[in-house]
Amino acid sequence: MRAINLRPSGSWRLGLALLPFVVLLIAYAIGSHIRLAENPNDKLLPSFAAMGDAMYHYALQPDPRTGDYLLWSDTAASLKRLLIGLAISAGFALVVGVLIGLLPIMGAMFGPFVAVLSMVPPLALLPILFIVMGLGEASKITLIVIGTTLKLIRDVALRVGEIPREQLIKAQTLGASTAQIGSRVVLPQIMPRLIDSVRLEIGPAWLFLIAAEAIAADSGLGYRIFLVRRYLSMDVILPYVAWITLLAFLMDLGLRLLQRKAYPWFEKARAA
Amino acid sequence: MSAIVFDKVWKEYGDHIVLEQIDLEIEPRAFLVLVGASGCGKTTFLRMLLGEEQPSRGAILLEDKPLKPEPDFDRGVVFQRYSVFPHLTALQNVTIGREFELSGACGRLFGTKRRAARADALELLAAVGLTGHEDKYPSALSGGMQQRLALAQALMRKPKVLLLDEPFGALDPGIRAEIHVLMKRIWNDTDLTVVMVTHDLREAFELGTRVIAFERPRDRPEERERYGARLSKDIELWPKKIAGSAAIWTRHGPSGPQA
Repeated sequence: MRAINLRPSGSWRLGLALLPFVVLLIAYAIGSHIRLAENPNDKLLPSFAAMGDAMYHYALQPDPRTGDYLLWSDTAASLKRLLIGLAISAGFALVVGVLIGLLPIMGAMFGPFVAVLSMVPPLALLPILFIVMGLGEASKITLIVIGTTLKLIRDVALRVGEIPREQLIKAQTLGASTAQIGSRVVLPQIMPRLIDSVRLEIGPAWLFLIAAEAIAADSGLGYRIFLVRRYLSMDVILPYVAWITLLAFLMDLGLRLLQRKAYPWFEKARAA
Repeated sequence: MSAIVFDKVWKEYGDHIVLEQIDLEIEPRAFLVLVGASGCGKTTFLRMLLGEEQPSRGAILLEDKPLKPEPDFDRGVVFQRYSVFPHLTALQNVTIGREFELSGACGRLFGTKRRAARADALELLAAVGLTGHEDKYPSALSGGMQQRLALAQALMRKPKVLLLDEPFGALDPGIRAEIHVLMKRIWNDTDLTVVMVTHDLREAFELGTRVIAFERPRDRPEERERYGARLSKDIELWPKKIAGSAAIWTRHGPSGPQA
């Protein structure tokens, strides 16, 4: 049988999906074991036990200085920045993107402007944000917004442009005003596509968050990683990275479920 | 009075002439079918009727008034594809016309108006044979059912003119025969003038009361840019089909074959 016709079934599929993860963990365990056998004080590849111990302290015991449970307080601080940033970004992109995509005048006025702005490297703006807005939450959230919203705007505008011309004509022949076309034809069809775009922006959003936290913050997952780097605490850094990855993955999964629940028509319409 | 009048209409894109000297009067409640080879300006003709494109010269009159330069509710349309909204159920696809008509920017109705719209929509869905499929999304309907839905959706707004852009071109022959029956009934029962574009001659003579064709009188490659298609055939079908019992059937304009 040809390889393109071999399809894994239920349990095979799960096994195949888990395989790379298991291989990665085993490879790490072997590497860690070899280094620790040579030098028990090696910090580069800590054992799973050492990481578990470090996380026990971070997650379940209060920090002696502040009394916080550091993993959770860091997570709360980071997620707050990230979610506020992404929410502002998505809301803004939805409004502006639909206007640019639907109204030729808005497209002519702002299309090139957004295209140019989206080429500004957001991290280069970070110093400006720190200077203008100070080192508090506002500058970090703003970085996430700037870093993600322009791409989202362009994406939304493109998706609006992809709505078949026939639908917009049809709506007009049913007597719809521009506002009605926006609210009943375009918005509901863009929402599930916006969710897709936001899913793709979760990665960049974390990037900007961690960059901002690394430079100036007093809490947050990125802040912690860069703080303990001074002590080569790989036993903290590695679990933190895994935790960030898990959070990002869960956000992606959550958005996918939301898309399927809230827009049941979308999957089939997209396939058609 | 004619439902639609084309008064010496030309359509050019830059140097390229697509249609020239189109003179046409369409009687109220006619079922006009336009046939022609691809590239003969059928689609351009329909787009001008829709208001999506404007004639370069000449004028189009709808019930003796100049056509609005944008699509509006007096002209309904069914396209070959993408005619219905994929994010609305069959019922919502039909009620939306009423919602656009009666509501504000958010396009939604409440209370009695909503219930009335729903009742009318259910009636229309039943008339096109979609009872039992009200809550399905278009993606769950077959191609034929989607076109029936598109017809119901267009009729909800009670247009004066119904424009059909190869609406049944993508359907299987059996399904197409069924929907032809439905189309004839709709034309007969509803107070509207139908203009249909098709490349299926059998369909044209089956449904139409009058069949017209566009052709380029000069079609050598070096002439193609500078000479557009003209109205080359205008055939009124015999015996006459008359829509409804109370139809006013006054004949205007040219009839019979015209070379």
